[in-house]
Amino acid sequence: MTNSIREIPQSAGYLIIGSNTTENHPVIGSMIKNEVQNNKKQLVVVDPRRIELAKFADYYLPIRPGTNIAILNGFMHVIIKEGLYDKTFVETRTEGFEDLKNTVEKYTPSYVAEICGLDNPEDIAAAARLMASMKPMALYYSMGITQFVSGVNGVKSTANLQMLLGNMGVEGGGVNPLRGQNNVQGACDMGALPATYPAYQPVANEDNKKKFEAAWGAKDLSMKPGLTLVEMMNAAHAGEIKGMYIMGENPVMSDPNQQHVIEALDNLELLVVQDIFLTETAQHAHVVLPSCAFLEKEGTVTNTERRVQPMHRVLDPAPLVRDDWWITMQMANRMGADWEYENARDIFAEIRKVTPSYAGITYDRIEKELLQWPCPTKEHPGTQFLHRENFSRGKGLFTGVEYTAPYEETDREYPLVLTTGRILPQFHTGTMSRNSKVLEETAPEGFVEVHPNDAINLNINDGEVVSVSTRRGSIRIKARVAGRSKANVVFIPFHFYESCANRLTVDCLDPGCKIPEYKVCACRVEKIGA
Amino acid sequence: MEKIRITIDGKEVFGERGQTIMEVARDNGIDIPHLCYHPKLSKTGACRLCLVRIDGRMLKTSCTEFAMDGMNVVTEDDGLKGIRRWLLGLLLLEGEHNCLYCDADGDCELQKYVKMYNVEKSDEDFPRNLREVDYVTSNAIKRNENRCILCSRCIRACKEVQVSNVWGFTERGSQTHLIADDDRRIGESSCVKCGACVQLCPTGALTFQPVLGTGLNWEFDKESSICIYCGVGCKIDFYKNKEGLLVKTRGNDDGPNKGHLCVKGRFGFDFVQSPKRLTKPLMKKDGQFVEVGWDEALDFVADRMKGIKDKGGPDAIAALSSAKCTNEENYLVQKLMRGVIGTNNVDHCARL
Ligand code: SF4
Ligand code: SF4
Ligand code: SF4
Ligand code: SF4
Ligand code: FES
Repeated sequence: MTNSIREIPQSAGYLIIGSNTTENHPVIGSMIKNEVQNNKKQLVVVDPRRIELAKFADYYLPIRPGTNIAILNGFMHVIIKEGLYDKTFVETRTEGFEDLKNTVEKYTPSYVAEICGLDNPEDIAAAARLMASMKPMALYYSMGITQFVSGVNGVKSTANLQMLLGNMGVEGGGVNPLRGQNNVQGACDMGALPATYPAYQPVANEDNKKKFEAAWGAKDLSMKPGLTLVEMMNAAHAGEIKGMYIMGENPVMSDPNQQHVIEALDNLELLVVQDIFLTETAQHAHVVLPSCAFLEKEGTVTNTERRVQPMHRVLDPAPLVRDDWWITMQMANRMGADWEYENARDIFAEIRKVTPSYAGITYDRIEKELLQWPCPTKEHPGTQFLHRENFSRGKGLFTGVEYTAPYEETDREYPLVLTTGRILPQFHTGTMSRNSKVLEETAPEGFVEVHPNDAINLNINDGEVVSVSTRRGSIRIKARVAGRSKANVVFIPFHFYESCANRLTVDCLDPGCKIPEYKVCACRVEKIGA
Repeated sequence: MEKIRITIDGKEVFGERGQTIMEVARDNGIDIPHLCYHPKLSKTGACRLCLVRIDGRMLKTSCTEFAMDGMNVVTEDDGLKGIRRWLLGLLLLEGEHNCLYCDADGDCELQKYVKMYNVEKSDEDFPRNLREVDYVTSNAIKRNENRCILCSRCIRACKEVQVSNVWGFTERGSQTHLIADDDRRIGESSCVKCGACVQLCPTGALTFQPVLGTGLNWEFDKESSICIYCGVGCKIDFYKNKEGLLVKTRGNDDGPNKGHLCVKGRFGFDFVQSPKRLTKPLMKKDGQFVEVGWDEALDFVADRMKGIKDKGGPDAIAALSSAKCTNEENYLVQKLMRGVIGTNNVDHCARL
C-alpha cells in the first residue's frame, strides 16, 4: 500500500476494485464500512460479484471478470473529457499525460459498458464524476486486479487513475493493494523473488552482485533471474529442475492446474517439504521436516501497509519441532556454509545491513514504535505514505494501457466464466483454517455459486451436487444458487481439497509478472445423471 | 484545537473543546465509573453510572456532557455514591446474577463496580424480565441475556466496529431485550463471528464458546503476536490456560487493527495445537513415510542437493519460500539459494 490503514478515516471516499475486502481483509473492510455507513463517506465498488461492500456503495458496477482495465479507462475517459482531473498535479508531478489521453480516448462509457457487460453506460460516467469529487479518494484493490494475464497492466491503470485525480502522495489517498497473506509483503521485501535481492535490488546488476558477494562472503552469485513458481513447476515437469525445497507452501492446492503440479513434483529427484502439517504437497515429498507454527516462533513480519511488527513466542514447540530458520541454516551448513545465527534477532541484524529500506528498523524499536519502511536510519520515523514529494523515478509516469480480453474465452462447450477466490471463514489452502474448529464448522465444504437464471437453464437446485468442468479437469461440488455473481459467471472458493478449484484453473501467465490467471477461465456446469 | 481548563475533584486539568468530561478525565488519568461508555463507541448516556456533579449543583452524565472552560467537576461525593449504589442494585435485581458460575469469570465490569461500592442484592420483589438464553446456536458466541444490563455496547460494536449491524433492542421498558437481526438466535443470524461485541460487552452476557470450561480467567497467561492469516497484520493477545492450551484472543489496541479482529484471527488458532501437527522428521522409504532423526534427514537432503548441483548445475534446484514465514526465514531461504547453492530460483506465493 502506498498509504496506511490508519488513514482510512481521512479519505473522502473509496474505489474498491477487484477486492472482496470484507471477506479477504475483513478488518480493513470493517473500517471502510464504518466510514461509509456512519460517517457519510462515498464508495464506488467494481466487482463481478455482488460482494458485501456493494450494499454500501453509491455506485456498484458488476463488470464481466477480466475487464478491469476497460472500466478504469472508461472512468479516465470521462474525467479527462469533462476536465475533472487534478490539473496542477498532472502538470507538476507527472509526465505522459498525452499518451494516457490518447489511449483512453476511445473508451467512451457506451464502448466500456459493452466490454464490461454493464446495462447502463451513464453509471460509469456518474461514478467517475463522483470519484473526481472525493478529495482525496483511496483506491483499494487485490487479486481481482492482479490475477489476470493482464495483471501488470491492471496495476498500471489503477496508478493512472490515482495520479489523474491527484490522489498520490496525500494522506487518505493512494493506490492500496491488499496483500493476501500475513507476510507476502515481507517475503517480497526479503528477496524471496526470482529477480531481486532484498529491497528489490535486481540480481541482474553487477553492483548488486558485488555488494551481496561482499556481504555474504560468497563467490560468483548468479546474475540470471530465476524461475517463478509456475515456471518452476513447468521446469520440474520437463525434468530441468530436479531438486526442490518448499518451506511452508502448498502448491498442490494453491497452484493452477493441479494435475500438472502433481506430475511435476513426482518427477523430482528430491522434494523437501518443511511444514507444520503433512499437507497435500508434503505427501509427495522425499523428506518432510516439521517446523514451528507462528505462535511458536519469534521474528518479524511486514503487513500490507509496510509496517514491520514483532511476532512473539506464545507457545513452546514440541520437542523435535524446529524453527524454520534453524532448518534452513542446518541445510546451508551441511552444504558448505558456516552460518552461526543464534536466533531470529541475529538474522535481522544482517537483514538491516543489506536492506536499505529496513536499515533503521530494530527489534527494540518495533516493540515500542509503529514503523513502516522505508526507514533508512535509526533516527528515521518510518514512512506513513509514499510519494509525498516525488515518485521513485522523479515524475509519475502515465502509461496508457489497452484492454485485452482474458486468455480463455467462453465457447459452446464451455459457456460459463469460472472465477475463484476465498471466503471469510476459510483461508487459502485450508492448512490452518480447516484445522481450526470454529472456522471449519462454519464453512465445512466448497460450493459453486451459480446465478439463479443460469440455475434455471441448467435445471439445478440450490444444494444439489453438480459437475463443473474445464479443459483441464472436472470436479463435483454443491451448487449454491445466489444472485451474487453475474449471470454466466460462477464462483468457487479454492480452500477445499475435496472440490479443488485449482483442478480447473488455467496456468497461463501474465507475461510481465507471471501471475496465473485464476480469476477467469471457461467452464461448464452440468447436472449429474442428467 | 482550543484548549480548555477545568477542575476535576479539586485538580486543575486541561482538555480540548469538544471533548466530554469523561474524555478529559481519562486523558488526565482520572477514572469515572461507567458501564455503557466505551472509548471506541458512540455515546448513549444509558446507564447513568457516570453521573458527576457540575459546579456544585447539576448532575450530568459525564460521558455525554461536554467539558466547558472553567467548569468545576466533582466525580464522587456521598450523594453520587448513593446514586451509584442504587443504580447498581437495580441492575442486579433486573437480571439473574450469580458470579459463582458466570461465564465472565471475574472479567466483568458490573462485578467490579458492585464490589467497589459494596452493593448487595436486595430481596425486594422486582418485575423481572425473563429473557431467552441462547447457549448453543453459535459455535462462537454464547448469549445469556439474564446477565445483560442493556448497555448497548454490543449493538454499537457491531454497528460501528464490525459494521454488520446484527444486534438490536426490541420491545420497551422492562421488556427490552437484545435481538439478532429480525429476532433470530445468534447462530441463525447474519453474525460473522468477529467477536467485537463479546470483546466490548462489560458483563458475562456474551462470551466466547471455545474458552468455556478451560480454566479461570486470572490464571490465563497472555502474550501478543501477529495474526497468521491475511496481510492486514492484526495484533492479537493470545491467552493460554494453566495446561498451556490456547483458549481465547483479544484484539490488541496497538496494532493496525486497533483492537478489532475477524473470525480468522479471533478463532483460527487451535490448528497450532492440533494432534495432526508434524512432530518428527519423516523420510519416504519404500513409498512409506518413516520417522527419522534430524541428522539423518538433513544429511540426506544436503547430499542429494549436492549431487543434483554437481550433475545439473545450481539451476537444477529451486525453492519456494513462504508468505506465512517471518522476514528472517524468508531472508535465509533466498540466501541459501543464492549464496550457497548459486541459483536465483526462489519464489513464493505472492502471486497466488
Ligand atoms: S455478569 Fe458480572 S455481575 Fe453478573 S453474574 Fe456475571 S460476573 Fe457477576
Ligand atoms: S449483551 Fe453485553 S454489551 Fe450487549 S447490552 Fe447486554 S451487557 Fe451490554
Ligand atoms: S460477533 Fe461480530 S458480527 Fe457477530 S454480532 Fe458480534 S459484532 Fe456482530
Ligand atoms: S484478524 Fe482477520 S483481518 Fe486481521 S490479520 Fe487476521 S485474518 Fe486479517
Ligand atoms: S457511562 Fe455515561 S451514562 Fe453510561
